[in-house]
Formats: sequence, structure tokens, C-alpha cells
Amino acid sequence: MMRLLPRRRRPTTDAAAEPVLTAPVARADRFTFQDLVVEATADIGSRPARLVMTVIGTVLGVGALVATIGFSQTAATQIQRQFDAVRGTQVVVAPGSAQSQSGDAVATARLPWDAAERVERLVGVEAATTIAELGTDGEDAITAVPVNDPAAPAVASPRLVAAGPALLDVLGGEFVTGRMFDGGHEARGDRVVVLGERAAERLGVNRVDSQPSVFIGDTAYAVMGIYAGLQSRGELSDAVVMPVGTARVERALAAPGDLQIRILPGTGAQVGTQAALTLLPDGPDRLEVSAPSSGSELGSNVQADVNVIFLILGGIVLLAGALGIANVTMLNVSERVPEIGLRRALGATRRQIGAQFVVESVVIGLLGGLVGAALAVLGIVVFALAQQWTPVVDGLVAVGGIVLGALVGLGAGWFPARRASSIEPVSALRGGG
Amino acid sequence: MSLIELRDVTRSFPGVPEVQALKAVNLTVEAGDYVSIVGPSGSGKSTMLNLLGLLDRPTVGEYRIDGVVTGVLDDDQRARVRAQWIGFVFQAFHLMPRRTVLENVMMPMLYSGVPREEREGRARAVLDRVGLGHRMGFHPPTLSGGERQRVAVARAVVSTPRILLADEPTGNLDEATSAEVMELFDDLRADGLTLVVITHDLAVAERAERRVRISDGRISELA
Repeated sequence: MMRLLPRRRRPTTDAAAEPVLTAPVARADRFTFQDLVVEATADIGSRPARLVMTVIGTVLGVGALVATIGFSQTAATQIQRQFDAVRGTQVVVAPGSAQSQSGDAVATARLPWDAAERVERLVGVEAATTIAELGTDGEDAITAVPVNDPAAPAVASPRLVAAGPALLDVLGGEFVTGRMFDGGHEARGDRVVVLGERAAERLGVNRVDSQPSVFIGDTAYAVMGIYAGLQSRGELSDAVVMPVGTARVERALAAPGDLQIRILPGTGAQVGTQAALTLLPDGPDRLEVSAPSSGSELGSNVQADVNVIFLILGGIVLLAGALGIANVTMLNVSERVPEIGLRRALGATRRQIGAQFVVESVVIGLLGGLVGAALAVLGIVVFALAQQWTPVVDGLVAVGGIVLGALVGLGAGWFPARRASSIEPVSALRGGG
Repeated sequence: MSLIELRDVTRSFPGVPEVQALKAVNLTVEAGDYVSIVGPSGSGKSTMLNLLGLLDRPTVGEYRIDGVVTGVLDDDQRARVRAQWIGFVFQAFHLMPRRTVLENVMMPMLYSGVPREEREGRARAVLDRVGLGHRMGFHPPTLSGGERQRVAVARAVVSTPRILLADEPTGNLDEATSAEVMELFDDLRADGLTLVVITHDLAVAERAERRVRISDGRISELA
């Protein structure tokens, strides 16, 4: 128990003259902390209206603080979740690059041709494919019909890309019509392509049952399907995709390009490290791996942005709450002067009287903190449910709110308690009561 | 050895001019005495009671209880002496309105160190003794004045003090209820309790075998 008053120094009398008037009291029969709490709390509920008015400031203050922190946690988690849902499942492995003397970027490594098969064996990998951009020179324009029209304006061709059969499985997306090429086309180097929806629109292809073709330069490729709805690498919706095997034969593809992997959520860091080792055991550093980190940086950034204004406001309300408790406790002390005098006459010490009022105001503060934290948590849950979000509140924040309430009570009760303990029983017992 | 001994006790209150409420008072009370202190208001009666009850300290002089000089006791020690030696009865009762009669009577035992397991039994016994065994669960505001004062007496004696100090115990009571309380005092006296009763009511004062008159801060023993 906090000592409210410095213990008075005993008068300096020698041991022989020490007065022995009072009988020693067994420890169990003294005024214990338990007695103190019982005495301090016995009358708290006797005036409910006043109690409510006393507590309300603390309820609002603690509630505002807990709610502010809780809302920002909930919102941060929500934002994090929305971003992570897509971003958290994609890993890209690219060969490292360096600046050459002439200023061009040159690759310092090359992925193996079987990169996708290798990483698919790793735990956490759902699907993988290599994606390589194929350059199209002016003559190799991609057209639906080869027309030699010197007067026609130059039109930018769709991208030409070489990828594995798992492309859509990795990027998410579906076929509007037709189907994906498969391992057989890849192995044979068949002249087949699939089109992204925008590329298909530009080329005027909208169905595959008529077995349309597109021409890359002068070479015809059968269109097997048209896909749409990519969830990642949206630029590929404006691409013409051919199997890697075909690209090696027809377009002299020298390297498989980048490796795109779809992973299970939360395995990003591990797959990132292991993929590099699997692909280039002799020099994993030469690959550039971009993998989602397990703890989202985004989330912590948002959390750091917890609305400072609201915290300050909460603090001010709490301060007002403390003043409210101090005020009412002060009023209680003045009203209960006769009781204080009586207790002192009955043998209560100054410290016991002071402690009684401190405990009373701590309990009131605790009550305020409890109600405030509970209301705040309830508010967050209701709000989150209304938004169909997941409510997230750190349990420690709620507990911290309750403790804060008790501290407010302690701070607020200290001064009135000092006053109560300094009341002289003589003056207290004088008037009526 | 006397139970209470005041030697040349003066109590003065600072101010301009300085007020001497008690002037060089000498008083000895033996164990088992029944003393009444009478005097007009402003004569120093209350100051006397506060000094005797260790609620106040003499400015000059010495106050001994059972031979021990109380002047050397610190605040906490005086509180303990009050708890174990002295019972108070006030004119205004000073009962706690929101606690039951039984709770009111049990309160002093919190501070006086009566063994916990005895407390409730003692309180019930004392309440039976003052004739309020049927009112234990009542709250003071629902009782009559005489009943309230009897509760206050029960509270004053529950810790078995040696001295009972009563300050105008019948001041708020009518004649009939005064008589109840005075009979109770006679009973307690018969049990060996030392009583000091301050009053301005001569009928009450007459019950005591020793009557001390206080006037303008000086006391004189009446035959």
C-alpha cells in the first residue's frame, strides 16, 4: 500500500520509558488490506447517479483511447489483408543484371529451362511458369491477316511472350474461349498461341471454333484460346503467348526469362530463399527474388499512422475524467467529515483514512476503465461486423485501458485523500451528523 | 494509580486575544468512577472531553492514563490507545446511515484489534444487552432517537474499553428516551466501566456520584 504520509518520527524516549498502554494485536486481527478494500468499497454504490457522473469521464477517456487503437488495428489488418490476398501469393525470380560499360543492362545469370519444374517441388509452391518477352522487330508485326500495305500507318504490335502451360494457373485468370496449350505443344514446338483479351480484340479474333490464325511476320500460328481476368501481371492481357518450346525453335529464344511462382500465403520468405538455391545452386545471389515478406510492412506502416489527434483527444478526455473523479472524491470527503472524525475517534490512523479514500477512487477509476474498455471493444466489434471486417484488438490494449483507469483513479484520489487524512477529529465531530 | 490524571492542564487556542479554554485543571478519576461534568456552553466542557479522549493535546500540563504520560505518544499510538481504551458517545450519535445497526457496531473492532472470529458474536451480544437484538438489520435512519443512541452506546463499548466518554448523550433525546440511556449507563457502571459524562442537564448529572462543575475554564468539584 502506498504510504500517504511520512510516518511521524517517534519521540526520542529511551526504551525503558516507552509507554505500554496498548496490547499488541495479532497480525490477522489488525486493519488489513482486505478490511481496507471492504471499507472503501462498501459505500461506492450507495449513490448510483453520482457514481455514474463520476465514472463517465474515465469511461469516455479510456473508451476513446482503446477504440482509437482498436480501430486502427482493425483497419490496418483489413488493408493488409486486401493487399496480401494477391500480392502475398506471387514470387518472381529474375536473373540478376548489371550495368555494362556502354550503359546497357546485361544479365549476370540465366535461369535453367526446367526452372518451373524445379521449383514446383518446393513446399509452398502451387504453380510456376517462366515468362519471357520476345522482341518483335518491325517486320515481324503480329497481324491477323498479312497485308502488305505500304500506306498503312504503323501500329504497335501486341507483346509477344513465351510462357509455360501453367501460365494462367500462376497468374490467376480464365479462358473466355478455347484452351491453353499443353506440354505436348511445348515439347513439339507447335506453332500455336493463346491471346490475351485485349490482344484478341486488336487482332479481331473473338472465337476459336473457326480455327483462326495470327501471323507473326509471315508465319501463321493457330489461336488456341483467349484468356481474361488476370489477377497479377495485368500487362499480359495485351499479349500473344506461345509455348516456350515453340519460341526456342521459331524465335530463337535464348533464355527462359523470369520465373513467376504462385505460392501458399505466408510461405513467401521461405520459397524465395529456396527457389534461388534450387535454380542456381552455385550462385543464388545472382538471382533477383522478389517475395512477399511474412510480416507485412504495409500493416505496420498503417499502424504507425494511428491517428495521433485521436490519441491526444482521448488523453484530454481522460484528464477531464480524472478531474471529475478528483472533484467528486473531494466532495465525498467534505460530506463525510463526520464519518472521518468518527473513524479517527474509534482509533483509525491518518494513513488508514487516507488509504480508504485512495482505494475508493482507484476502484471508481478501475470501474471506469473496465466499462470504457468494454464499450470500446464492443464498438469495434459492431463496427467491424457492419463493414464485414475482422475485428482486431490487442488484448493488452484493453487490459492497458483498465489499468489506465485505475491509475487515473489513483492520481485523482491522492489529493482528496491527503485532505481527508489531515482532518482533525475534534473539528469533524463538532457539528451534527 | 489513578486511571485518569490531569495535572495543571491548560489548553489555549491561538488568536487575538488568546483564548484559554481550560486553565490549570487538575482532575483525577479512579477506575470505576462515574463522573459528570456540567457547565454552561462555552465553559470548556467540549475541550475537556477532547483532551480526555486523546483527540486533542494540552498546551501545558500533563495527561496520564493508567500512569502513562500521553504527551509522548505519537499520532498512531494515540489512535491505538483510543481504539483499545476509550469509547465515545456523541450528542449527534454519528452513526453511519447506510450501514446496518450490526455493521455500525462492528466498525470499531476493525481498528481495535478484537479477534476476527469474535467480532460478530460480540456485536450481537452487546446489541442484545442494550435491548436492540431485534433491530440488528435495520438502518439507523429508521430508528428512534433513543434507539440510535443505544446503538451508539453499544458501538462505544463493544471493544471493551476502560473509559466511556459521553458528550451530551441526551442532548437530542426527550425525557423518556433519556432515561433509557441513563439506565444503560448505570448498568455499564455496575459492570465496572469508568464513565465521564458531559452534560448541561442537571437530571442527568445527578445520576453520577461525582459531579464536576466547569466554569470559565476552571473546575470545581460539587459535593
